[in-house]
Amino acid sequence: MKIKPLQIIAHIILILGVLLMVVPIWISFASSSHDSVTILTEGMKFHIGDQLARNYNEVLNEKGGWSEEVTAAKMFINSFIMALGIATLKVVISAMSAYALVYYRFKLAVPIFWLIFITLLVPLEVRIFPSYKIVSDLGLTNSYTGLILPLVASATATFFFRQFYKTIPDELLESAKLDGANAWSFFIDFLVPLSKTMIAAMFIFMFVYGYSQYLWPLIMTTAEEYWTVVMGMKIIYTESYEGVALPRTAERFAYIILSMIPPVLVVVFLQKWFIKGLIQTEK
Amino acid sequence: MSFLDLKNVTKIYPNGTKAVHETSLSVDEGEFMVFVGPSGCGKSTLLRMVAGLEDITEGDINLDGKLINEVDPSERDVAMVFQNYALYPHMNVYNNLAYGLKNRGIDKETIEQKVNDAAKLLQISDYLQRKPSMLSGGQRQRVAMGRAIVRNPKIFLFDEPLSNLDAKLRIQMRLEIKKLQQKVGVTSIFVTHDQVEAMTLADRLAVINNGIIEQLGTPIEIYDNPKSLFVAGFIGSPQMNFLDGNIKNKTLSAEGFEIKDIDSDFEGEVKLGIRPEHLSQSENSLINLKVDLVEQLGSDNLVYGHLKDKKDFCYRCPGNLTIEKGADLSLNIENNKYYIFDKSTGKRVN
Ligand SMILES: Nc1ncnc2c1ncn2[C@@H]1O[C@H](COP(=O)(O)OP(=O)(O)O)[C@@H](O)[C@H]1O
Ligand SMILES: [Mg+2]
Repeated sequence: MKIKPLQIIAHIILILGVLLMVVPIWISFASSSHDSVTILTEGMKFHIGDQLARNYNEVLNEKGGWSEEVTAAKMFINSFIMALGIATLKVVISAMSAYALVYYRFKLAVPIFWLIFITLLVPLEVRIFPSYKIVSDLGLTNSYTGLILPLVASATATFFFRQFYKTIPDELLESAKLDGANAWSFFIDFLVPLSKTMIAAMFIFMFVYGYSQYLWPLIMTTAEEYWTVVMGMKIIYTESYEGVALPRTAERFAYIILSMIPPVLVVVFLQKWFIKGLIQTEK
Repeated sequence: MSFLDLKNVTKIYPNGTKAVHETSLSVDEGEFMVFVGPSGCGKSTLLRMVAGLEDITEGDINLDGKLINEVDPSERDVAMVFQNYALYPHMNVYNNLAYGLKNRGIDKETIEQKVNDAAKLLQISDYLQRKPSMLSGGQRQRVAMGRAIVRNPKIFLFDEPLSNLDAKLRIQMRLEIKKLQQKVGVTSIFVTHDQVEAMTLADRLAVINNGIIEQLGTPIEIYDNPKSLFVAGFIGSPQMNFLDGNIKNKTLSAEGFEIKDIDSDFEGEVKLGIRPEHLSQSENSLINLKVDLVEQLGSDNLVYGHLKDKKDFCYRCPGNLTIEKGADLSLNIENNKYYIFDKSTGKRVN
């Protein structure tokens, strides 16, 4: 096969892109395997050092916080639960509301859709005080429910599901009806399997969205046992920094690397579905 | 009351389109009924009202002695084969067939039995594990049929199921559908715009035009005895020849010839219809045809030409006659097989 100049250029651009993404992660990882003193005196590292196990062990198991009880492992779990809850509910709720909007031809379907769409302009950060008021009135502060619930509606996902459902030919529904499918079984037996790819993609996006929430958990939680990873990143290694102690740079890098693992796992786990759907459309 | 009974059924779509006008029709149990008509005449609409996929604006539909106007499609026990088959893309063939049975709460062994029987009947047993995207057009067609058969419904509805197949396969599937229907004996309605398909499949056919049934009868009745200009022109291939004429005192005068003692009291402007196959060459000729083109089909020749007044005309003759382009033929109508229609209303008058 002959390689054309255009292909070479394309590959160079792609390789540069990959490097741009990967190098910072590698530097973080490499730096997380050295002594903090080394990093502070010599700068960030490209090669693996000898403190890997120690640093990671410390990060995972050291009890921090004011109560000296919360560990990074606990925060990972919290974030994971929160992101999982948000992503799952977002996907389920948007898929179902899109189903209602597309297949139940009631008069208000279009205005309702636009109303949902407009909420894109009002992200949680904008409505954070009313949201907080509601959640705290319901007594849900310091709970997973409180962390998850205000974030489960998604205009974006509803929009994508709606657009997808609209491309499904009417005959499929009609045929299913004649085969005795009711509204619920059409959703479960047809729309869900047909939108597998979209569900996987939405789940990934929404998981990352949930995982990277900062402001909401910060306001919502006063108990340390509900702290999340992103909050921890800010809090956990600054509070012990009392002038005399050195900044614990290496541990911070280890923490950053660890915090990437859950989203990466989700992507790895779902990518099979995701890719399959991209290369083989089943419509 | 017959098996399926439509009484004064009318359909007006929300946008105001009147697709079906006060149509009444009955179909007997086990009968193969065909709706035929040009595109947009309302065939599908009528069929979809029987299926329950469209609301009935006015009138009543009874199936097996029960008024089904308000019955949900899933409860009607009808099966439909769609033009694009509407197979379930994410299910393999087995599940495509089994889905309707599962929804009816039938147990697993019975389902397996029924699916295997239907698959055998349709010769798709080898593809049961495949997805529809891995099947050819003809195979998909069979799966669609299988999905209908397996449920043993009260009535089969077909909406132009053959129009996505190539010509050869279409003829083959046409035959198979007919055989299958005779074997299974299920009442069927078949919608098509293709008159050959209609003629070959139907026990009885309904010729539909502009949302109205123009004529209802066996294929031969309709071919031999079309009641209107539209039916005469629509049924038969090549199309019937139409000439302008005028009747006075039982004599029809057309461009260039006269027919005396016709069997009609009608007076005035008419259309004279003559089928290409009802002509023969003879000495005492009525019609003089100048040949423009000959299509040799082997068994037959289709001779296209024009009359004195430049009107196009077609004559069908046995394939063993050699006819040259440019020849002058003198033709006569065999056995007085001609049709006269009132020019203003299109109604048959002889
Ligand atoms: N959903 C609809 N809304 C409005 N008009 C329709 C709809 N479906 C069909 N029609 C109109 O009704 C008439 C009959 O359509 P149809 O029954 O599909 O015809 P056919 O199947 O004989 O080609 C056509 O004029 C068509 O444009
Ligand atoms: Mg149609």
